[in-house]
Amino acid sequence: MIESSQVMGLMKVVYVIYLLIVFSLMGMYAMKITKTGSEFQKANIFFYGWVGLLVCTGVGVHILTFNKIPWVKWDINRAAINAEREFNITIADYKFKLPEERLLIKKGDMVRFDIASEDHTYGFGVFREDGSMVFQMQVVPGSRNDIVWKFESPGAYSIRSTEYSGPKGSALLVKNVVFVATEKEFARLDKELRQKQDIYKRR
Amino acid sequence: MLQVSGLNQLQRLALRFAVISLLFYGLTILEGMIMRAHQINFNMLDADHYFAMMGAHPMVGIFGSSFMLVFGAFYFLVPNLMNKEIYSQRLAELTWILMTAGVGLVWLSGFVFRYAALYTNYWPLPVSGEFSPMALGTFAVGNIIIMTGVFVFCYNIFATIFHRQGEQKPMAPMLASAFGIDGFINIYRRVMRKGVEKEPIMPLPIVAIFRGTVDTVLDALVLGGISVVFLFHAFYSFMGTSLSAGWFDALLYKNIYWWGLDLIADGLVLIYVAGTWYLLATIISGKKLFMQNIARAALLVELIVSWNVWGHHLLSDQSQPMWMKILSGEMVTAFELITMGIAVFVTLMTLWQARPLPMTPALKFLLGGVLGFSLGVPAGIIQADLGMNRILHNTQWVIGAHAHMQLLVGLGMTLYAAVYALFPMLTNDVKLKSNALTNFHFWAHLIGGIGMSAVMGFAGMDGMLRRTVYPGDTTFQSEMIAAAFFGSLIVAAYLAMMYNIISSIGVKGLVEVFVKLPEKMKQRESTAL
Repeated sequence: MIESSQVMGLMKVVYVIYLLIVFSLMGMYAMKITKTGSEFQKANIFFYGWVGLLVCTGVGVHILTFNKIPWVKWDINRAAINAEREFNITIADYKFKLPEERLLIKKGDMVRFDIASEDHTYGFGVFREDGSMVFQMQVVPGSRNDIVWKFESPGAYSIRSTEYSGPKGSALLVKNVVFVATEKEFARLDKELRQKQDIYKRR
Repeated sequence: MLQVSGLNQLQRLALRFAVISLLFYGLTILEGMIMRAHQINFNMLDADHYFAMMGAHPMVGIFGSSFMLVFGAFYFLVPNLMNKEIYSQRLAELTWILMTAGVGLVWLSGFVFRYAALYTNYWPLPVSGEFSPMALGTFAVGNIIIMTGVFVFCYNIFATIFHRQGEQKPMAPMLASAFGIDGFINIYRRVMRKGVEKEPIMPLPIVAIFRGTVDTVLDALVLGGISVVFLFHAFYSFMGTSLSAGWFDALLYKNIYWWGLDLIADGLVLIYVAGTWYLLATIISGKKLFMQNIARAALLVELIVSWNVWGHHLLSDQSQPMWMKILSGEMVTAFELITMGIAVFVTLMTLWQARPLPMTPALKFLLGGVLGFSLGVPAGIIQADLGMNRILHNTQWVIGAHAHMQLLVGLGMTLYAAVYALFPMLTNDVKLKSNALTNFHFWAHLIGGIGMSAVMGFAGMDGMLRRTVYPGDTTFQSEMIAAAFFGSLIVAAYLAMMYNIISSIGVKGLVEVFVKLPEKMKQRESTAL
């Protein structure tokens, strides 16, 4: 399955190539426009070809991502998707209220994050340890804000608000709170987590 | 040196707008560089001060600088292109006064009172008690004054275009032509081989100006209306009663607000820019615009598109209906690639047909503007996609590779092209002192603008958010240092341009554009010079 980090990696390459192509074309144009040359033949045909290319690119991007990026279909069908794990999180007064101290996820499981805001418009983003983004969504008060996601890489992930909610909003970050574990590791960590919760409840 | 006494009223008016615009631009890039330094972890500012500055930055840049320059140029061009008098010189003077006062107040609301809901103003942040009633009230009053200035401008421009000055021209064909409908009719006639193509009544740049101004009115209605709501809340708050924010649904608000705000970014800017390119291309080449019927028709399509694209700002809002995301956010937005692509093609082909052309400052900057939009628009189309938006929304990609690329390089260089093209017309042929400084301005702004925007884009792809500070976190420091380096080139470009213009016009001429100096002072200045 394609991960968001792979999409970003590819996009960096595409962006560099695009920059180079546009610079080269504009550079050549700027040099040639100061010189005499023959008249451009069949400019009209070139024009309609250009418009056709723009239409294909504009529509093609969406067709490509719909077919190749898995989270597009997850998002469109998320109401019908049965997630293996569900986390209900509340944000209020610039703080996350988490259901558990660690959001433990088994690698490959479909997870639903359902986030509610009690005051401002926030964002909810999950980030890797190197700071790159796994995904994000907006968290609007008075609306349902849910997203389904499948994590394929084990490791610790941070959550932070991805929308400006006032000067205090930048501090809305919980580091390494999402933990994605392999199946074997998950069973052990889940047991540990349950035991901790039992002790906490008994106290 | 500029002889102000030899200027007519329109020249003086346009110069007033230009001077204020360039000063506000200086303030915008100064703020930008302070924020850049803060992003490298210089920790120069408190969070509330930093975000107050971030809120003022686009307001000063858009309304204080870009709108002012565009309004000044259009006040000069519309009467000249239509061979008419301006409808009201007084209203034109009132426009710059209102805009300057409004932008000044908005800036003060951040600088003094720390209003920091940014230009997004997402409900209910502005009215939630995070900011003092004085801060909210000052911002609201400033914004209302700005929007009043915008309305005055639009009324004056509409009146100038359609005022018949005693002639008995029917209104309907003029209106149809201003909307570009005659472009469609001519295309129909050509394709169906029915009838003869007719020369449109309105010059093409006027069509673009009129079309852009329709969006400007709608945008001012929304932003002005929201500011009235803010003022209402601020008043009650000031009187000691805190009104509930629950009466306005946050998602509905977001839709309304983005509909209005997006008319700037995806509406009038693109339409005004296309119009300016067409005008400059015809002035520089001395030729008729290539495929002008298509260009006219594309401007009408762009108007309709601009009313229906706001959905791409809500692709990450999970309660937004999916059909709106796909239709408005993805499909209609993709049309912007097509309409902008047509404008690029028409402009470049018009110039190409007039080869060989001397590489004047106006042509150079025009090509820079085309380059900026060629890089910035596709970046926007990428993020206006359900899949890509999930990993790009609110990152530095959006504000860097898309927004700053379009505004700094695309719009900025287009406006500079207009400045260099109009400079001799506005000053009665005053020559710019230094070609070297003009060239430095071009290259430093181009490299600085593209470099900074692209580096921000890479930071976004690495996960760096916009509207977020990372105190003590050095993950994105190398990208921010590179962005600051390129940003400093933009500042150097600005200083070179200002020195060149001021030394060509003279400080006396610059001041006399606004106020008449006493004779003694003039003599003293002339002796000193």
